[in-house]
Amino acid sequence: MSERSEPVAIDLAPIVARALPKAVEARRRLAWRRRPAFPWSAPTWPGSVERGPARRSLGADFDTEWARTPAARVARGFVLDGLIRPAVSVVASPTVTGLDRLRGLEGPVIFVANHASHLDTPLLLCSVPERFRRRIVVAGAADYFFDRRLKAIVSALALGAVPIDRTSVSRRSLHDLEELISDGWSAIVFPEGGRTPDGWGREFKAGAAYLATRTGAPVVPVHVEGSRRVWRKGGRLRLATTAVTFGAPLRPGDTLTEARTLAATMERSVAVLADEQATDWWTARRRAAAGTTPPLQGPPVAPWRRRWELGEGRRRVSGPRWPH
Amino acid sequence: MPRPGFVLEVDRSTPPTLLWHGEGFRLERFPTGTRVVYGPEPLEPLEDPDGAIRHALLHPVGDSEPLPALLRPGMRLTIAFDDISLPLPPMRAPDVRQRVIEAVLDLAAEAGVDDVVLIAALALHRRMTEAELRHALGDRVYDAFAPYGRLWQHDAEDPRNLVHLGVTDQGEDVELNKRAVESDLLVYVNINLVAMDGGHKSVATGLASYRSLRHHHNVRTMQHSRSFMDQHRSELHSANWRMGRFIAASGVKVFQIESTLNTDTFPGPFAFLQKREWEWGVRDRAAFIASSNALDRTPPALARQVLHSIRAPHEMTSVQAGEVEAVHALTTESVYRQQLVPVEGQTDVLTMGLPYICPYNVNSIMNPILVACLGLGYFFNLYRGRPLVREGGVVIMSHPTPWEFHPVHHPSYIDFFEQVLAETTDPVEIEAKFEEVFATDPWYIHLYRTTYAYHGVHPFYMWYWCAHALQHLGGVIVVGGDPRAVRRMGFKPASTLLDALEMAEDIVGRDPSITHLHNPPILLADVT
Repeated sequence: MSERSEPVAIDLAPIVARALPKAVEARRRLAWRRRPAFPWSAPTWPGSVERGPARRSLGADFDTEWARTPAARVARGFVLDGLIRPAVSVVASPTVTGLDRLRGLEGPVIFVANHASHLDTPLLLCSVPERFRRRIVVAGAADYFFDRRLKAIVSALALGAVPIDRTSVSRRSLHDLEELISDGWSAIVFPEGGRTPDGWGREFKAGAAYLATRTGAPVVPVHVEGSRRVWRKGGRLRLATTAVTFGAPLRPGDTLTEARTLAATMERSVAVLADEQATDWWTARRRAAAGTTPPLQGPPVAPWRRRWELGEGRRRVSGPRWPH
Repeated sequence: MPRPGFVLEVDRSTPPTLLWHGEGFRLERFPTGTRVVYGPEPLEPLEDPDGAIRHALLHPVGDSEPLPALLRPGMRLTIAFDDISLPLPPMRAPDVRQRVIEAVLDLAAEAGVDDVVLIAALALHRRMTEAELRHALGDRVYDAFAPYGRLWQHDAEDPRNLVHLGVTDQGEDVELNKRAVESDLLVYVNINLVAMDGGHKSVATGLASYRSLRHHHNVRTMQHSRSFMDQHRSELHSANWRMGRFIAASGVKVFQIESTLNTDTFPGPFAFLQKREWEWGVRDRAAFIASSNALDRTPPALARQVLHSIRAPHEMTSVQAGEVEAVHALTTESVYRQQLVPVEGQTDVLTMGLPYICPYNVNSIMNPILVACLGLGYFFNLYRGRPLVREGGVVIMSHPTPWEFHPVHHPSYIDFFEQVLAETTDPVEIEAKFEEVFATDPWYIHLYRTTYAYHGVHPFYMWYWCAHALQHLGGVIVVGGDPRAVRRMGFKPASTLLDALEMAEDIVGRDPSITHLHNPPILLADVT
């Protein structure tokens, strides 16, 4: 009769406790060896040296000069005509009007528009006349479009974006833009400083007007309608129709030298274009003459009523809209 | 705002440190606890250097009238200027000398001065080539003076053009360039790279003869200069000051113009050299990898040519003119502002990477004697207060130290290395036994006067520069050097820095304290 062996209970806990640190150490060493040594990899920072404020190469400090070299402009032309324009025409079907008002106008020009969607920039780039499109930059929020290197490169290359610091009181980025305009580059500026959060416009900041008064470049007001329906802030892309309306150039002169006055004039001009888009040219002109053009910023009423007035997300009803 | 210099204590997360190694670089990982002394970042330059020069000429310091008041028709005006040994590397055009001399000549022309001579203050250095003179002075000045024989190079062995002014109260002969002495006004145009330059040394050394120079370029003076960069403790400085005051008392009217430069030493592609290693970006690392690999694979002569073609982006940080001592006080202040780094305590072992260039091999070969002079004469002396390394400590230098000499520039160096150092490395013995033979050798004098050779006595002076360090140190180790050349100088060769540190332990004991002198940028350790 064979002798049966007794089952042996093995306590794995101490074995694991002994082996685990060794395995972790071995993995750490392996990982260390896999990492190429300095200078093939970035240097480590000595423990005794305090890190100063990081030298920024992103945000408002991102250098976009390379994106205005002839090679980059050729590349941007291909991207714009080969990718962006077909895509915009598919998703937004833009109707462009008012270009006749720009006849005889030569660059550099500052295009100022209301801002409701990321689609606004491609829409404008595809809508401005060819003579401006060859040398045009777009003022982009430094904290949004230039916060990461890849995003910054794509923005600068594909859209010709230049960073504008909208979070601090700094004239540096405006100064850079001023130099570009003085150098013959046109600019697209959204004076509201960002996309509308609720569908209504916001007050025009004085930056674009400041640029115009400093450079003497004419300002072309532009109204973009419908882009929020295609791609609203925080929303998904949908197919819808859009309209881009160019207004008559405003020339900063004796009466428009003060930047804030010019900014208010720009805002009124875009509001008139919005009215023209919503009604008709004659109605808009009469309201403008009477000072009754509906403001871009909507009625000064409770938030729900502002939202209600836009009629977004509900069945479209016929009849007059605010103001009645 | 440029950051001041500082002392880094190496820890486990400190990246390897960059060391010059002749015509190449090395990245070395120092033991934990090693101190690395980093120099201050380059100071902001003067916004309008030409305006600053003109202002200095019109508003001199000390007991001096403005330059226009010293100029008149019919006078003899001599403008002397520093030679090729300054600055290092040679600066990007326009050179400071060109800016200053053009400003002086503008005023001289306005005053109707016809008799103007320019003199390169060579002392016993080699003559400058036409290209070097054109770079220092600019084409306008060169073409206006050289073709008419009005651009001279000081000849310390031309008895017809030297004048013995007398002896100081210490019995030192003062023999200077005759034209400079007999001029109605001697304008000296100086560039100050380190605190040792300038002041009375400009004229008393730059325009002197061997008879005069031997009184302070000797072993005793060097051993009593602690250091050359500290004017209050430098016998070299004191001797030059005695002579300078004697010259002034003899009626030689000197209008001194001194300028200081920032430590912006290397242009774009080599900018990583003067950055702190942990701040190297992708571009710096790529530049390091590309340049170090390229230099390693390039024949030494070609690598040398490439490196010597570098023009430093130095910028002027100050300019002052007028009476010599008042001017030099301002200059020294400015140099200290750029270079001083406070360091607490001495070290057992001092390490340094030596570059391809020193004041005496511009466009030439860094021979073993110059390697020793750069390490032990210059870098060792970059201190104020106490030497960075303790008495009996060890200096470790990194340099290939090839047994190679420029036959035209350094002919007497070859014989000094082959004959003198083969017999003894003791500076005192060398001075007593060999100096006069070399200094008065007619062949060396002929080469010095007619070709581009350093004076026959010059290698002796280079060795004397090391005298303070040799007296102070317990040993000198050269990493990566030609063992034969290194041993000839009485030093020890080591293959790697780790080997050298182990060898140093035999001299200074186990677990020594180590300090590394990071270069560039150049710095002056203020050791307390």
